[in-house]
Parts: sequence; C-alpha cells; structure tokens
Amino acid sequence: MSARAIIESGRPVGCVPWPRYLLDASRWAQLASPSDLALLGLWGEAGMAHAAFLDEARMQVLLASVAAPEGHIPALSQGRPGAALFERMLRDLYAIEAEGGDPRGWLDHGRWPVLGPLSAHPTRHAPDPTPMEFLPVAGEGVHVIPVGPIHAGVIEPGHFRFHVQGEIIVRLELRLGYTHKGLLTLMQGKSPRAAARFAARLSGDSTVAHGLAFARAAEAAQGVEIPPRAAAIRAAMLELERLHNHLNDLGFIANDAAFAVIHARAGLVREELLRAQFAAFGHRLMMDGLQPGGVAQDLTPEGVAALRVALAAIEAELPVLLGYYESHASLQDRVLGTGTMSADLVAAFAPGGVVGRAAGRAFDARLLTGELAPEALILQSGADVDARWRQRYAEALQSIAFLAALLARLPEGPLTTPMTQRGGEGIALVEGFRGECLAWMRLDDGGLIEACFLRDPSWLHWPLLEAAVIGNIVADFPLINKSINGSYSGVDL
Amino acid sequence: MLWPRLVRNLVSRPLTDPAPPPVAPEIIAELRARLEEASQARLGRSLAIRHMDSGSCNGCELEINALQNVAHDLERFGLRFVASPRHADILLVTGPLSRNMAEALLRARAATPEPVWVVALGDCAVDGGIFKGSYAVLGGVDAALPVDLVIPGCPPSPTQILEGLVALIEANA
Repeated sequence: MSARAIIESGRPVGCVPWPRYLLDASRWAQLASPSDLALLGLWGEAGMAHAAFLDEARMQVLLASVAAPEGHIPALSQGRPGAALFERMLRDLYAIEAEGGDPRGWLDHGRWPVLGPLSAHPTRHAPDPTPMEFLPVAGEGVHVIPVGPIHAGVIEPGHFRFHVQGEIIVRLELRLGYTHKGLLTLMQGKSPRAAARFAARLSGDSTVAHGLAFARAAEAAQGVEIPPRAAAIRAAMLELERLHNHLNDLGFIANDAAFAVIHARAGLVREELLRAQFAAFGHRLMMDGLQPGGVAQDLTPEGVAALRVALAAIEAELPVLLGYYESHASLQDRVLGTGTMSADLVAAFAPGGVVGRAAGRAFDARLLTGELAPEALILQSGADVDARWRQRYAEALQSIAFLAALLARLPEGPLTTPMTQRGGEGIALVEGFRGECLAWMRLDDGGLIEACFLRDPSWLHWPLLEAAVIGNIVADFPLINKSINGSYSGVDL
Repeated sequence: MLWPRLVRNLVSRPLTDPAPPPVAPEIIAELRARLEEASQARLGRSLAIRHMDSGSCNGCELEINALQNVAHDLERFGLRFVASPRHADILLVTGPLSRNMAEALLRARAATPEPVWVVALGDCAVDGGIFKGSYAVLGGVDAALPVDLVIPGCPPSPTQILEGLVALIEANA
C-alpha cells in the first residue's frame, strides 16, 4: 500500500486547498516507513497530532492526523529522521509522546511555569532547569567544545556541542529553544487579522514569507479571494525579501571565510534596497505590510521608481561579486567541498529551499501555486557551501527578473477583501528565502483561531547541519552554518 | 670548558642596568591625574558593545548587522562589537526576556566589568512587546537587569540605533 493510499484511506476532514485525513494509530504508524512522500512537518493540537507530506511526483500536499486520547502516538522518526525534532517539540508543547522516538526534551528547558502549554490541560510546574543530555562519543583523544547559547557575533542564541578529534568534528548536537516565546499560545483565540502580527514575527528575516503563508491559510479557511492588485504587491514583497536576504547571505558566507570585499559590497546594495523598501512600504523589512485579506498599503509609482533604482544597482553589482568569488583561490579553497551533504542524507530529510535545491532536490513551494514554472526552477548538484552560495546568487538574479515583470504590470483595483467571521480550516505553503514556510489553522464558528501552526523550513535544516559538519574541521563550521543559515526563532516558536 | 665561564659569570657584573631610583610620590600622583584626563578625552569616545539576544525574532539582529555595513559604518563613532562580555562597556539586549535565556543574560552581565550600560533595543526588549504575558516570557530586559537606555522600534532602524548609541557616548565623554 503506497503512503498516499494509506493517508487517503482515512476519514477526510475538510481542509482547503489540500485535504486532511484522520487515521487510526496503526495506519499512522505505517507512515513511518520511508516512501515517495516527503515529510514537511509534524505538529499538534489538544489531543491530536497532524503531519503534512509532500507528494513530489504530483506536486501536492497531503495532511494526516491521528488522535492521541491517552497522549501517545506512534513515532514517525524511526524511518523518517526529519520527524525527530518535531516529535520532541510535540511532547514539550502538546504533551503528546511519540512512542519509539527520542525521549529528550527540546523547547522545554524546565524553566516554564507550565507543562504542555498547548495541550488540553496544561499543568502547573515549578521551574526546574534541566541540562540536556548529549549523545556520548567514545574514542581516543575526543574532546568537547561547548558553544553558546550566546555566540560571538550578532546572532540568535543556541547551544552547539561539538565532539572533536584533533581538528575534525566527530559529532555536533544542537540545543535550541532559547528564544521560545510561546508565540502559538498567544495566537489562539484571536482573529486571523489580530494574530497576523505574531506570524510576521516568527522569524524577522522571513516576515513577509511567514506573514503571507499565514494570510493565505486564513483566506483558504474562510474562502476569501484577494484582489489581483493585492496579489501582485504581495508577490513583489516576497521576491524583495528573498533578494535582500540572499544578498545578506552571499556577503556573510564570504565574510566567514574572512573575505570581506563581497560582504562590504553586498551590504551596500542591500542597504539601498532596504531604503527603497522603506520608501515603498513604510518599513525597511516590510513588516506588517500584508495581512489576511490583502495588503496594508498601496505601492505608489514613486515607490516603484525607488525600488527600480535599487534593483538596477543590484543587477549591476551581482556579476562583480561573482567575479570576486570565482577569481580568488583562497576563497574557493574554503567553500568547495566544504559541508557536503550526501545524497542519502538529502533523501532522508528532504530539506526544502536553498539547502534542498543546492543538493539537487527539485522542490520550490512556488511550483505548487504556479508562481514558478517548472522549467524556471534553478538547481545545483554540489550540496556544499559553494553550491549554496551559487544557488543564492542565481535565485537573486531570478528575483530581480521577476520583480521587473511584476512592477511593470501592477493590476489596478482595491487592496483588500474583507475577511468574514466564518469557521474553516486552511493551509498554505509559501517559498520564503530559506525555503517553504507552512501555515495551518482551524478557525471556530466565530472566525477565531482554534488551533494553528507555523512551520519554518529550518526544522529540516538544523539536523542536516549536524550531519553536514561531520568530518569537517572546526574552523569551517561558521562557513557551513552560514551557508545553511537556519532560523533559531523560526523553530523556537 | 664550562666551569671557568660559569665562575666568571657569577663574579662579574650583570649587563642590565640597575632600576632607576624611586620617583617622588607627588610626581606619581600628578602623572596619574594627567593620564586620566588624557584617556578620558582620547578613549572616552569609544565604547565596546556586546550584543545579547534574549529571545528576539531576529529582526533587530538584521538592523544591528546593517549598522556595520559601509553606509552606516558604526566604527567611525568609536563603537565596535566585541565577542566577549568581559571586553564590553555596553550590553545591547534584543528580544523579550525569554525564560530560557534569562540565566544566560544574567551570567553575561556578571561577566561584564563595571562600569556597564544596559541598552534595551526594540519594542520587545523594552517591555516584552507583543509577547508580554506569555508563559515563556518574563517581560522586558528590566525584568532581570536595570536598563540605562531604551531604543524602541520594531525593529528600530540603524539610524535610530545610532542616535541612541551616540547619545550614550556623548553622555559618557
């Protein structure tokens, strides 16, 4: 029985635009075997677990649910390693135990006053900080380098535990959760409109992507169609966000190899773009620029003109950056063959976004909605730091081309459609600069959020970082880490 | 032979000059006063910043990093980021104070030598922002540490951050 058939044998529960099926525990357990469906995410609500899968052949999303009346579900991580972090989160937030999974905590460090804050019955708990148990490493001369949660640079907090033999990394394990803010709890009971501010702050660098996924899920749940002008402005915002973040990463990857020129030059054109975004949208990062039902502000001809000037500067600058990148052997020596992900690992985790496409995985969430034609998909095969740099470079150029077309033909018309107060369930996938941002929500009869989940692409990138650094030297870690660039806040929730 | 050389060295005078005679205490006191005056004028306009993320969404980090690009060039004002709190004059804290980061923040503060200024950067660091009241958040930075300066905004622009930090230098100079 194929994985698709297993899911479709369940009882369909309305979810728009992709259906969700309620399975019994034995059918759910069968989904643990590796199959042609890739795991996108796993989350919960009170007494229930949900999983999203991607059917890559048909480019469709499938949702499966299983009830957890006793607080137990069969683990999917036995055959799908990408499920492991989700399952640890599932226990910490929803008090649902994945039987056969990793028993260690993840987001809950024992410092909250409650246990299972999103479960049916959160229980009071006297804070009692628990150190994480890291997997042991045995061998001659193995020593430990603990890093964080506070890192040396201007970056989010997280703990990295390296086991090192000489200079070679033998094992890396992460402990995240330091920026856990209880975001999902705060969204419950609010209207999508009121909760959009939280979605826009799941991960500040992906504020447009997560905000858009959240808005589209709300619109799908309520059957709201947004006006064409709003759709076009949103599409432009999404590409602008991809562009400014890719410029940032192109610079920072080179900077982590102590090659400052690319960083300095990319930083300057990015700054000009952020200033143009401020002129066009009233906010440098376009935060809160869109909301369920449409966009918050119009894009005026002056705004378009400011964006065009910044885009022309970037288009002229990118080939210069590539010239520097390719013509310096000292830099090439650092990036080529560094942090390579094996094909087996990529198949097992099925990562999305730049990380996946730089390893030849042909998925982009824009394919699902027709925003990207299959022949326009950019791929690399190297799966190393160099491939991820080149993938971002190519996507940045493509975004500029998309923006030129979008800004030239902005349809006329209104900017919003009023949201209703209906109930419903919706899901959306939006391709942010890191990868696909998934938003799912169910609204009650009054149109308020009953349950919701926002899943950042970094959920599948962090475990791959742990795997990709093995066998590399410690000094290459910052380079590998930056080339993957996972979001801490995005997975800390 | 080694022995004659050893004996010669033992009885001969060393090549190094003797230390100068002690200086009068009043001269030392005067020099110290002059040094303090000069260092205040020359070094007082320089502050080392240790950034601390106590639970932010990384929006504030993007703008802090933008401060260091060539357009803003933070270092021309004598402001620079340092890797260790032991080298810092300013703790620049972003994000609501998450319960999971509170201990790390206090430890970093304990490792920072006096005098130190604590700057709360962004709406979340000021009072918890939109995350106020969450089970996972204690509030703003002032829930754990006395705050000397707040720079509100979501996130504040690099220009706004610069204004706040330069004001701190002026007050310190």
